[in-house]
Amino acid sequence: MTPLTEIEAVATDPVVENPSVGIDQTAGNFSYDVAYEFDAGSGLSEKTVEYISSVKKEAPWILEFRKKALKTFESMPLPTHWATKDLENIDFNKIRYYLSQGQKPKRTWEEVPDDIKKTFERLGIPEQERKFLAGVEAQFDSEAAYSNIKDIVAKQGVIFCNSTEALREHPEIFRKWFGKVIPTSDNKFSALNSAVFSGGSFIYVPPGVKVAQPLQAYFRINAENFGQFERTLIIVDEGAEVTYMEGCTAPKFSTATLHSAVVELVALKGAKIQYITVQNWASNVYNLVTKRGLAMEEAEIKWIDCNIGSRLTMKYPGVILKGRKARGEVISIALANDGQHQDTGAKMIHAADETTSTIVAKSISVGQGRSTYRGVVHIPKHLKGCKNNTECDALLINTNSRTDTYPAITVRGDQHAVQHEASVSKVSEEQIFYMQQRGLTEGQAMSLSVNGFINDLARQFPMEYSVELKRLIDLEMEGSVG
Amino acid sequence: MNTLEIKDLHVSIGDKEIVKGLSLIIKTGEVHAIMGPNGTGKSTLSKAIAGHPDYTITSGDVLIDGKSILEMEPDERARAGVFLAFQYPSEIPGVTIANFLRAAQQARLAEGEELDATAYYKRLYSKMDMLKIDRKFTSRSVNEGFSGGEKKRCEILQMAMLEPIFSLMDETDSGLDIDALRIVADGVNAQRGEKLGVLLITHYQRLLDYIVPDFVHVMWDGRIVKSGDKSLALELEARGYDWVKQELAAASA
Repeated sequence: MTPLTEIEAVATDPVVENPSVGIDQTAGNFSYDVAYEFDAGSGLSEKTVEYISSVKKEAPWILEFRKKALKTFESMPLPTHWATKDLENIDFNKIRYYLSQGQKPKRTWEEVPDDIKKTFERLGIPEQERKFLAGVEAQFDSEAAYSNIKDIVAKQGVIFCNSTEALREHPEIFRKWFGKVIPTSDNKFSALNSAVFSGGSFIYVPPGVKVAQPLQAYFRINAENFGQFERTLIIVDEGAEVTYMEGCTAPKFSTATLHSAVVELVALKGAKIQYITVQNWASNVYNLVTKRGLAMEEAEIKWIDCNIGSRLTMKYPGVILKGRKARGEVISIALANDGQHQDTGAKMIHAADETTSTIVAKSISVGQGRSTYRGVVHIPKHLKGCKNNTECDALLINTNSRTDTYPAITVRGDQHAVQHEASVSKVSEEQIFYMQQRGLTEGQAMSLSVNGFINDLARQFPMEYSVELKRLIDLEMEGSVG
Repeated sequence: MNTLEIKDLHVSIGDKEIVKGLSLIIKTGEVHAIMGPNGTGKSTLSKAIAGHPDYTITSGDVLIDGKSILEMEPDERARAGVFLAFQYPSEIPGVTIANFLRAAQQARLAEGEELDATAYYKRLYSKMDMLKIDRKFTSRSVNEGFSGGEKKRCEILQMAMLEPIFSLMDETDSGLDIDALRIVADGVNAQRGEKLGVLLITHYQRLLDYIVPDFVHVMWDGRIVKSGDKSLALELEARGYDWVKQELAAASA
């Protein structure tokens, strides 16, 4: 008799309630697909890792990398001494660490919850994409769009493919930096990712090439790319530039409750990388991501990060300013609604003279949502002429909404300029009345006020995202009033 | 023609009664001025009619064309044609004037109807030109960093765009110099006509030189104690509010 799969186990479990919020966190209804060739089973062991590596036909060094990572993962404790104890609710034994194409569970359109359908409607998601996002179809046929882009940029010498293909076809480019920006042992979840990673985007941009259009993970939609343990590595050579976008505002169905990605960026001398993420995972997902970039002399790395979904997101995009005059920037928007905890922030590690870093983080807590800002800014004694500007603003919508701020700023030596500003505010009643007096309902007034709060950050997203973002916020705010 | 009727209205903030039985009928085509010293309840009256949550109407009624509006939310009253030009307009950071007014106009359309953007902007610019508001202001956040005069002109701009049936103007002249006052008055006068009823709340006679009222009422201790035409305002200016108080004292003696 085959052991219970994750899906069946979850479906027959008694209703699990988040004790602090009282909300049923089990995944929605779905059906299981037909028999398939390989099954990694649930739970994590050396066998799982070996299985993944063999299915991908990986070179031995990668298998070794994975095995070492597994050992590191097993030896590290959960970081609950500083992070939320909710992490203890993750059952690592129930998780399936690798699912191939035919194994992805799905559900019928009728089974998709109404509020999800409503969100698609409000965000104007194309019909074709709705079925994929809702988990009704396992694949979205974007191959055409993807191969088109791939061909265009290939002419410039750009490499754009997934982790498996990249490490197999171009190890001479990628192996050099793989696991160097984020070492396996950085934290328990980067170790986990290093053991079971799959999918993700590996990109190399040759010197001087400025890639005109943003490269998108969306172009490469297939079941794996929205996978649980994506691994992304972007290397931009001297003087080159690229923008990468991932995620979408539409809610993404997932039976997997743990998503733990690792993103490494390398900007060589004078290079520029802009990495844009919009995250709206389903409300049962733990989204624990490690993202870091290495900026060499006069290079620039900018993270634009928006977190709306998931049950718990822990993510602190960082930049190590390794070369003189390197620049790092993090723009972060977080929205936490009932049953959600957005624990986000940034890390700026200055390791060269005249480096500058900027952090602007805005968070909104609605209902019983909780949002936390954690920032690290580190400027050691021997450096000269470094600058940091941090601004973190929190907006509380309801009386039981919660926000916390933990800035950790370490500056040593002289000739540095560091500035930190923080604010917490409520939407003022006078402001709402003023808007109502012009004919806007209370809900519309709240939405407008919240959109105004994040406006200067939202404008930095590509237009299609910022339009969707505004609609998404309108939707989130509707529930909060009255 | 439409009618706004305030019927023996009593308004409190918390336990304190501010408006103590005020009655007034305003018809479209008419401009009524309410004058009176500080603290007599003038602002309270206008806010209560608009539906401000801090104020409780303990008795009496406010009706538009015979129908009570007291059960209506502030935004419903607004869409029914009530406009309040605030004494202290709020700032709305991150929301541009253009977007704000657009949202306000869109809110008045039927479900599914879209606002014609080109027509909207054309109207907006023509009103801004009339009010001598720099067109660049459309992309500034509503009232953010505005001077007193700019805020008041922005209120009149909104009134011009939203075309209310009844406009309650709360101390529209406060904080304005002569030039700004003229511009604001011109803006109001441009809308004056059969389709608009105005309640002008002011301390000073000066505004009434520019926006000439049809009726003047004096408010004292939460009630209207004297009514007349525009000459009443001139008399008040000459003799002060004490004159009215003395008259009242004598009458009740």
